[in-house]
Amino acid sequence: MSPEVPSDSGLATYNFAYLDEQTKRMIRRAILKAIAIPGYQVPFASREMPMPYGWGTGGVQVTASIIGPQDVLKVIDQGADDTTNAVSIRAFFQKVANVAVTTHTKDATIIQTRHRIPEQPLAEGQVLVYQVPIPEPLRFLEPRETETRKMHALEEYGLMHVKLYEDIAHNGRISKTYAYPVKVAGRYVMDPSPTPKFDNPKMHMSDALQLFGAGREKRIYAIPPHTEVVSLDFEDHPFEIQSFDKPCALCGAENVYLDEVILDDQGGRMFVCSDTDHCEDRRDHGHAGAMLGRQEAAE
Amino acid sequence: MSDTPLLKVKSVSKFYGQRIGCKEVSFDLWPGEVLAIVGESGSGKTTLLNCISTRLLPTTGSVEYTMRDGSIRDLYHMGEAERRFLMRTDWGFVHQNPADGLRMTVSAGANVGERLMAVGNRHYGNIRATATDWLGRVEIDADRIDDAPRAFSGGMRQRLQIARNLVTGPRLVFMDEPTGGLDVSVQARLLDLVRGLVNDLGLSAIIVTHDLAVARLLSHRMMVMKDGHVIEQGLTDRVLDDPREPYTQLLVSSILQV
Repeated sequence: MSPEVPSDSGLATYNFAYLDEQTKRMIRRAILKAIAIPGYQVPFASREMPMPYGWGTGGVQVTASIIGPQDVLKVIDQGADDTTNAVSIRAFFQKVANVAVTTHTKDATIIQTRHRIPEQPLAEGQVLVYQVPIPEPLRFLEPRETETRKMHALEEYGLMHVKLYEDIAHNGRISKTYAYPVKVAGRYVMDPSPTPKFDNPKMHMSDALQLFGAGREKRIYAIPPHTEVVSLDFEDHPFEIQSFDKPCALCGAENVYLDEVILDDQGGRMFVCSDTDHCEDRRDHGHAGAMLGRQEAAE
Repeated sequence: MSDTPLLKVKSVSKFYGQRIGCKEVSFDLWPGEVLAIVGESGSGKTTLLNCISTRLLPTTGSVEYTMRDGSIRDLYHMGEAERRFLMRTDWGFVHQNPADGLRMTVSAGANVGERLMAVGNRHYGNIRATATDWLGRVEIDADRIDDAPRAFSGGMRQRLQIARNLVTGPRLVFMDEPTGGLDVSVQARLLDLVRGLVNDLGLSAIIVTHDLAVARLLSHRMMVMKDGHVIEQGLTDRVLDDPREPYTQLLVSSILQV
């Protein structure tokens, strides 16, 4: 048990942060190796967690291994702090680690995420933990695990471009919008989990440490701070991120990732920030979007 | 023809436990030369081909290859990275079953372009133009470029596989029964095409076949194998017109005359 945790803290039913100390050591070793080889998928002995695969068992194990009593945790799911996955994982760590939690990006020391990177730029000292469903970027192109490992080892990444070629041949552009493959530190091709490609540029030279945990597939990988992350593309079909016609309907923010919300069955819809914390923060500072008043009137 | 052989095979043997795959096979392959390896099924032709092309590690023997820069390298002492690079740039391998050599789920254009992308080509327009050009050279219509090979006939698949292998301008192509499983008229067209390409590009090739007509049409020289041993070798016309070994005489006389 961590020395900072008093024995009378009422946590006796669990070890601090749920996992036993040997497991945490094993995962920390995998994390250190992953940081030493940016983008390389380090195998680890993933444990059963009290939640189903697909709910972020990999991310939870990484968070449990690095969290301490002084940490402030933020959990986001599709950019939102108030959806099922985020609420459950936040409650889980409140219960088993008794840590402070927040929804404010700038106050958090550890941010566990599914899909999104917060709009507010991350700072030095922060750790972003991704929940990864399929860590292998070559998986659907080459089904043999022995072969994909060899391809990584020998840096044979031509196949990744075959996928992008197919996209352009059939759709006239690279139609991949999420889990868009990136090359980390000029060496390993990596799948940035199911984040939209809108967030790929935020990974490049980030001040924060980025850790990726895949529970079912038993892999951990990492992007250390200030590491080059380049999205793959063709010279005549360069990488580009999604753009939106209108600003956020609630806070008026531009150049942020928006979610479409269906309002009624008459075709009514609105586009709002996917990052709820960013949106609330802007509204608190007096920004207002076109539909802000209407939503409050309806409530 | 230059002074050094492209490939020097020295007493290559492969044993599967007690059983012989091929035994003490030695030969030289010269630039621009087409060698046919013939023999009945189970005679060790494919084992030999796999050993030479480093797809299989032989029990004993060595294979030396003259690289593009003129240096001579022992294939079995190369690093895996270098060997795989060689296999997808300077070599081609045409499988009997096109599904083994093609990516069946991606389009014909991507199949041809894969090798280009693997060696670092990153310009979509150029890759597509090269792929279109190669499809034309193997007589596949340009409007089929975005179709997956599973929409192709057997003959088209085999031609696509050949295009995919030749796109990086290899100097040596291995073919394992390239016409197996094709009907006779398609075979004839494919052989005509391969012969044209081999002549135009100055390729060296090693062709494994049980069909003596294929050997006659394509190869300059041939080796006859039986029970893992090479029993006779020489110029194709000499071997077929004047076979010396009893087994070769039997093979030649078993060709059906219509």
